[in-house]
Amino acid sequence: MRVSRSSFVSRIAPGLAFVALLGLAGCKDPGTASKGGAESGGAPTAAAQDTSGSEIKIGHYASLTGETATFGVETNEGIELAIKQLNEKGGMLGKKFRVETQDDQSKPEEAATVVTKFSNDPQIVAVLGEVASSRSLRAAPILERAGLPMITPSSTNPDVTKVGPNIFRVCFIDPFQGYVMAKFAHDDLKVTRVAVMHDQSSDYSVGLANVFKEEFAKMGGSITTDVSFNSKDSDFRGQLSQVKGAEAIFIPGYYGEVGTIARQAREQGIDVPLMGGDGWDSEKLVEGAGGPGKALENCYFSNHYSKDDKSPRVQEFVKAYSAAYGKAPSGLAAMGYDAMMLLADAIKRADSIERPKVREALASTKNFPGVTGDITIDADRNATKPAVILQIKGTEFTYKATIQPPSAAASTGVVKQAASAR
Amino acid sequence: MLSLRRILTVSATLGILLFLSFFLEQRLQAVAFRVVMLSGIAVVMAVSLNLINGFTGQFSIGHAGFQAVGAYAAAALTVYGHNRIFGNLPRSGQLPDTLQGFLLGAPAMICALLAGGLFAAVVGYVVGLPSLRLKGDYLAIVTLGFGEIIRVAVENTEAVGGPRGFTGNIREGIYIPNLTSFFWVYLMVVVVVVVSRNLRFSVQGLQYLSVREDEIAAQAMGVNTTRVKVNAFVLGAFFAGVAGALYAHFEQSVSPTSFGFVRSFDFVTMVVLGGLGSITGSVLAAVVLTALPEILRSSLGAEFNQYRLVAYALLLILLMLVRPQGIFGRGELRLDRLFGRKGGGGPAGRDNVEDQPAATELR
Amino acid sequence: MQYFLQNVINGVQLGSIYALIALGYTMVYGVLRLINFAHGDVFMIGAYVGFYAASAMKLQEQPTLGGALLQLIPVLFLAMVACAVLGLIIERLAYKPLRKAPRLTALITAIGVSLFLENGGQLLFGADPKFFPSVTPQGPKGTIRIGELIISVDQLVLVIAAALLMAVLWYIVSRTRIGKAMRAVSHDADAAALMGINTDNVISFTFGLGAALAGAGGVLFASLTYAKILPLLGVTMGLKAFVAAVVGGIGSIPGAMLGGLLMGLAESFVKGAPAIGPFEPSRWTDAVAFVLLIVVLLVRPAGLIGNAAPEKV
Repeated sequence: MRVSRSSFVSRIAPGLAFVALLGLAGCKDPGTASKGGAESGGAPTAAAQDTSGSEIKIGHYASLTGETATFGVETNEGIELAIKQLNEKGGMLGKKFRVETQDDQSKPEEAATVVTKFSNDPQIVAVLGEVASSRSLRAAPILERAGLPMITPSSTNPDVTKVGPNIFRVCFIDPFQGYVMAKFAHDDLKVTRVAVMHDQSSDYSVGLANVFKEEFAKMGGSITTDVSFNSKDSDFRGQLSQVKGAEAIFIPGYYGEVGTIARQAREQGIDVPLMGGDGWDSEKLVEGAGGPGKALENCYFSNHYSKDDKSPRVQEFVKAYSAAYGKAPSGLAAMGYDAMMLLADAIKRADSIERPKVREALASTKNFPGVTGDITIDADRNATKPAVILQIKGTEFTYKATIQPPSAAASTGVVKQAASAR
Repeated sequence: MLSLRRILTVSATLGILLFLSFFLEQRLQAVAFRVVMLSGIAVVMAVSLNLINGFTGQFSIGHAGFQAVGAYAAAALTVYGHNRIFGNLPRSGQLPDTLQGFLLGAPAMICALLAGGLFAAVVGYVVGLPSLRLKGDYLAIVTLGFGEIIRVAVENTEAVGGPRGFTGNIREGIYIPNLTSFFWVYLMVVVVVVVSRNLRFSVQGLQYLSVREDEIAAQAMGVNTTRVKVNAFVLGAFFAGVAGALYAHFEQSVSPTSFGFVRSFDFVTMVVLGGLGSITGSVLAAVVLTALPEILRSSLGAEFNQYRLVAYALLLILLMLVRPQGIFGRGELRLDRLFGRKGGGGPAGRDNVEDQPAATELR
Repeated sequence: MQYFLQNVINGVQLGSIYALIALGYTMVYGVLRLINFAHGDVFMIGAYVGFYAASAMKLQEQPTLGGALLQLIPVLFLAMVACAVLGLIIERLAYKPLRKAPRLTALITAIGVSLFLENGGQLLFGADPKFFPSVTPQGPKGTIRIGELIISVDQLVLVIAAALLMAVLWYIVSRTRIGKAMRAVSHDADAAALMGINTDNVISFTFGLGAALAGAGGVLFASLTYAKILPLLGVTMGLKAFVAAVVGGIGSIPGAMLGGLLMGLAESFVKGAPAIGPFEPSRWTDAVAFVLLIVVLLVRPAGLIGNAAPEKV
C-alpha cells in the first residue's frame, strides 16, 4: 500500500507539468500580456486598453434571466435606446457606440464571471450595471482592479461606490430614499405611528427599512412594529395581523409581492395608506393588487422620476421609449438611459475613450440634465439628485411631491408640494 | 529510502504548485484563470461529497450548506482577525503575487482553511447524527433541510452581513482578503484526492464500501456502521468547509444565496455524472460542469445566450439517459491504462483528465 | 384565542396548497421510489396554463362564492389536462428509460428536467411576472367576519376546491380498478406484474394524476392567493411540498394531506408570532419547514403515517 501511495504522489508531479504546458498553450500572446503583472500588481492582468477600434464598446452586465430578470431587461432597453439615439446623431469622436450585454442570471457569481470577461476585453471603455446591489458589490472590485470605470444605473446600496475611485452611480442611495419616505410620512401624510414590513431575503429591503425607522424616529414619529416576510411567500396574513393599528405601513419590497400584501391587508380590514420605495415601480404593480382602483389606490412610493413630468426631456424620452418598446418606461429603464447618456457625456468632455480620462470626466460631472433629474457626481462618486413621490391612482402613478437631498433641502425648503413645484 | 522518496515527492509537488501559481496567475487570461480556480474549488466539493454519497452510499444533498459554514467561518476569522491576529493582510486588488506577499498571507490562509474545515466538520457531525436513524431519501431530505436552515441562520446573522452577504466591510477599508491563490486551491485538490484515494484502499475505506453495498451484512461482519457513516459525514463536511474558505477568499464576498439547495444539486450532479464512488469521475465531472456553461457562453455568441441554460439542462438529461452509471461507473480513469503501461494500483489518471476541459477554455 | 383561530384559518389555506402538490410527490414515490424534483415545476406550468386560459376567457370578479368556483372550473380543467399530458411526456422520455438505473441517476435526471422546465419557461413565458386576474370579490366585501375572525372568500374557495380534488383522488385510489392497481404496484411492483398488472401503464397513470393535481394546485394558488406567476414559482413551493410529503410519510396519500396541513399551520403560526424582545420569529419562517421535518423524522423516521418496512436480510 505504501509503495503505491508514494508512486501515486509521484505521479502527480508529471501531471502538474502537464498543467503547465496547458497553461502555456492557453496563455495570451506574450507581447500583449507584457504590461499587467508588474504595474497593476494584480495577477490575472487586465489587458491594456486598445483605443484603435472603430467603435466605442461598452460592457453591460444585467440579469436578463433568473429571479429578477425584469430589472436587467428594462435597464437594457433604456441603454439600447440611448445608444440608438447617440448613434443616430453620428456617435462620438467619429466612432459609433456599441453595447455588449451579458446575462448574469441574477446570480452574484455569474456577475463576477461576466465582468472578469469585460476586464479582459481591451476594447471596452466602461461598464454599466447592475441593478441589484449584491451583484454590483461582487462585480465592482474586479472592475476596480482592472481600472475600468463602472456606472451602476440603480444599485442604491451605499457600499457599492465605496469599492474604489472607478465606481460611480447615477441613482440616489438607500439612506436618502429612506429619509424621503420618512419625511413624506411625517410632513405630508402627518402620521406619527407607522409600521414597517421588510423582505428578509433582500438587502435592499432591509437597508431601506432600517434607514426609514431611524429617520422617522428622529422626526419624532414612532414605529409600532417591524415584521419581516420573504418575497417567495404567498401568505402575508400572519405578518399583517401584527401591523394593525398603525396609521401607515412602510413596505420597502418589490412590485411582485406588494400587490399580494396589499390585497391581503385590505381583506384584513387594514385600510391605511401603504408606502414603498422604487422597487414598486412597474406597470404591473396595480395588476398584482387586484386591478385599478383596488387595494393600492392612493398609496405612495418614492421613485427616481415621474413619467408625468412635463419637462420636455422627460416627455421626449417617454415618447421615444414607448415608440421603441410599446410600453411606458419604468424607473429602471430611465436609469439605464441616464447612465448611458452620462457616460457618453463624460466621453465627450474627456474628448477621449482612454479609461483614466473617462473616469476623470465622470468624476467631475456637474448638473448633467438626465431624465431622472439633474445629476451631479459628488466626492463619493454618488449622484446627488432629488427624489419624487408618486401616488397610485387607477393604473397611473401621479406626481405628488419632490423631495430634495437633505443638504439642498436646508436652503430651499423641504417638501415642495405638487401644486407649487410644477 | 521510502521516506526520503516521499519527502522528495511532497516537496516536488509543493514546488511545482508554487511555480504554477505564480506562472499561471501572471500569464493566464482572467476569465480562464477564474474558470481554473472555480473548477479546482468545485473539484474539492465534488470529491468530498463523493466520500459521503459515493463511498458510503449515504444520500446527502445539502453539501453547499457545509461550504457555506466553511466560507462564513473562514471569512469571519480573517476579517475580524485583521490587524489583531494576522497583521495587515493583502486586501482588495492585491493577489499575493510575490513570494513575500505569499508568505505573508500563508499563515492567515492556513488558519482560514482550518477554521472553515473544522466548523463545517462540527456541523457535519450534527448532520451525521440523524443518519443513525434515517435511511436513503429520508436522510437526503434532512441534509437538504440542514442546508436551508444554515442559509436562514446566516441571513439572520448581522455580524456577517445578513441577507446582504458578507464582503468584510464591517469598518471602512476592510475586505475579505484575497488570499486564495492557485497554489492553495490545487494543494487542496491534491490533498482531498490523495485522502480519498488512500481511504478507498484502506481497511476503513473498505468498511465505508461495505456500508454502501449492504449495511446489514456489514453490521453482521462487525463493522460499526454508525461510526462509519458519521465519519464520512465529518470528513466530507471538513473538505466542503475547506472549499468554502477557498471560495470566500477568492471571491472576497459571500452571500447566503450562493449556497442554496440548487447549488447543492450541482455537486450531487457532478458526483453522479462522474460515476458514484469514482474519484477521477468526480474530478472530471466537476471540471466539465464548471467549465461547460462558460464554454457555451463564449462559443454560442450573444444571441444564443438565452438558450444556454436550456441546452445545459438537456445535455444533463441526455448524459444520464446515455450513461446512467455516470461517465466512469465505479471505476477510475487510469493513466497507465490509457498509455498501455503496466503499473501500480493508483487512480493516477486524475492529473490527466482534470485539465482537459480547462485546456479548451484557455485557448 | 383569536390569534390562534386566525392562524389556524390561514394555515389550513396554505396547507391545502402544500397538500395538493405533496400528493403528486408521494404517489410517484409510491410507485417508482423516485423523488420527482420536476414536480414543483409542473405546478408552475399549471399556473401559467391557468393564467393564459383565464386571460382568454376574460374572467371577472364574481360576487358570490359559488360563482367564483364555477368560473374556475373550466380553467382548472384545462390546466389539469395540460399538466397531465406534460407529466406523461416527462415520464415517457426522461424517467422510463431509467427504470432499471441507480436511483440517484433518476434523481439527477429529475433535476435536469426541472432545470429544463424552469429555463424553458423563462424563454417561453418571459421572465417578467404575470398577474392572475382576480376572480373573487376583493377587499372587505370579500371577507366573512365572525367576531374578530376574518375569513376571506379566497380562502374558502381554495379550501373547498382542494378538498373536492382530494376527495376525487381518494375515490380513484380506493374505489376504482386502476386505483387498486396503483396500490398493488406501490406495495410490490414485481408481484403486481406477476399478477398481470401492466405496471408501465399504472406508473404513467400515476404520473398523469399527480401532475394534474399539481396543475390544479398551480391554478388555485395563482388565482386565489398569490397573483404573481414566475417561471421559478415552483422551486420553493415544490421544495416545501416535498418536505410536507416526507413529514407525512412519503408514499402515503393521507400522509401527504396531513403533512401539507401541518406545514401550513406551522408556517402560519411562526409568521404570525409577535417578536419576543429582539427575537423575531417571522424571520425564521423559511427554516420552520425543515426544523419540523427534522424533529418529526427523529421521532418517527418514516414520517407520521409512513410505515417503515422491515428490511429483509
